[in-house]
Amino acid sequence: MSLLRCRGLRKTFGGHVVLDGLDLSVDEHRVVALIGASGSGKSTLLRCVNLLEELDDGTIELDGQDISDPRVDPDRVRRRIGMVFQAYNLFPHLSVLDNVTLAPVRVHRRPRAEAEAQARELLDRVGLGAKANAYPDRLSGGQQQRVAIVRALANSPRLMLLDEVTSALDPELVGEVLALIRELKADGMTMVLATHEMGFAREVADQVCFLDGGRVVESGPPERVLGDPTEPRTRQFLRRIIEAGRL
Amino acid sequence: MILAPHEPSAAQRRRQAYRRRQTVTSVLVAAASTAALGTLLVVAVIGAPGWDRVRASFADPAIARDALPEVLAGLWLNVRLLVCCAAGALLLGLLVAILRTLRGPVFFPVRALAAGYTYTFRGLPLIIVLYVLTLGVPGLRLQGMPPVLVLGGLALVLTYGGYLAEVFRAGIESVHPSQLAAARSLGLTYRQTMRHVVLPQAVRRVAPPLLNDVVALQKDVGLVSLAGPIDAVRAAQIATAETFNYTPYIVAGALFVLLAIPLIAVTDWVTLRAARRQGR
Ligand SMILES: Nc1ncnc2c1ncn2[C@@H]1O[C@H](COP(=O)(O)OP(=O)(O)O)[C@@H](O)[C@H]1O
Ligand SMILES: [Mg+2]
Repeated sequence: MSLLRCRGLRKTFGGHVVLDGLDLSVDEHRVVALIGASGSGKSTLLRCVNLLEELDDGTIELDGQDISDPRVDPDRVRRRIGMVFQAYNLFPHLSVLDNVTLAPVRVHRRPRAEAEAQARELLDRVGLGAKANAYPDRLSGGQQQRVAIVRALANSPRLMLLDEVTSALDPELVGEVLALIRELKADGMTMVLATHEMGFAREVADQVCFLDGGRVVESGPPERVLGDPTEPRTRQFLRRIIEAGRL
Repeated sequence: MILAPHEPSAAQRRRQAYRRRQTVTSVLVAAASTAALGTLLVVAVIGAPGWDRVRASFADPAIARDALPEVLAGLWLNVRLLVCCAAGALLLGLLVAILRTLRGPVFFPVRALAAGYTYTFRGLPLIIVLYVLTLGVPGLRLQGMPPVLVLGGLALVLTYGGYLAEVFRAGIESVHPSQLAAARSLGLTYRQTMRHVVLPQAVRRVAPPLLNDVVALQKDVGLVSLAGPIDAVRAAQIATAETFNYTPYIVAGALFVLLAIPLIAVTDWVTLRAARRQGR
């Protein structure tokens, strides 16, 4: 059974249709990469799944539960979903450790000592144990993004949504973040990631979905979608990417 | 990290020597110009034709000594009022600012009330609020009417609460929406997001203007004397009326400045710290 199932998603911003009947299914322990031109609605889709945007139509099921039902408490749904943003969005007034423990302590009501022990363990795992007491503005972009991933993981989510998590990074810092995502995949984490890194999508994704015109135009194993696409629009997009030297 | 000892090059030693000479020159120039300006001011004031009469009526040591106890007693009222009213106005301002951010139809009346309050009390002169509350309200002869001092304090809290609410609101709105998205995505409720993510950042950012308004409040608390209670300025006025000498005003003024110095110093320190944090 699919962990996440989106059916007929529609989302408009003041008359501008961004998602137009989009369907997407993600099985447990699978990694799905969303690709598509800038403005094709990748971020909007992820925000809709995390209930940060209100749908205009369609349904989203998580673990068989219809989370687009307005009677569902969105706060409870979000506790089961981890989200990582392009711009990290760490809380600048909190230390790295407090960024990570905020949700476990406030949302899950875990004892602070226990939450801190877990946070330190996670930070150690990503090589940031020494930065626990630093403030985010003292960290490099790659370190901040790894903290953001750890912060989402501290909630023990069923599903991780990653929105172009390497786009704001200097090229030499991209690797450390991608390595962490690779580890998450090895641990069996279910992930949906919007990305511009075609090489990484090819390596880590079980399935690649190409978004255009508010729908998934083509989807399948990365070798096929990226190597031998059938849809003319996918081909055109990949050609532009190759010309830009990003494949 | 241990730094290896470093022997500065000849060029660096020349630069250091030059900078030392420059520093000495700067200090000497500053001292000379300060001394020159100070002498000029003293000569101008003391040498003025009316100096003796001004000194007699504004700086008479005997009168200052006599007036000091009453002025100090008045100042104690200022201090108590300042502490209570600043706390009250900060709380009220924060509350109103938070109410104005609430979304959803349920909160419409609360939002409207909060907005109406800030519009009204920012437009209304403090003196009018003070008169209405201290002279008008007791006229109702209701049971359990609080003393005039409390009513006067309430007028100050209401007026300053309106200003502070707008400062807080500006701070809340300056927190980027992506911070809210990050907090909500972690499962924090709206209240938790406000409490742990938005307000700490907002308050830090607007601490300098908030403290600035508290410094302004310090000068306005004395206006309650219009309704009867005797503050430092009013005490000085009474002493002046008895002696026909303005020295008590100078005493009160000096005490006000002394009182303000710690507050202003804290404001400067907070402002500097905020600027430095943003500069990094
Ligand atoms: N909050 C918003 N208000 C108005 N338009 C928006 C908003 N968010 C996204 N959009 C628009 O939706 C479209 C899709 O954006 P987005 O999902 O960010 O695309 P992508 O992530 O694929 O680059 C864009 O045209 C963008 O301008
Ligand atoms: Mg995007």
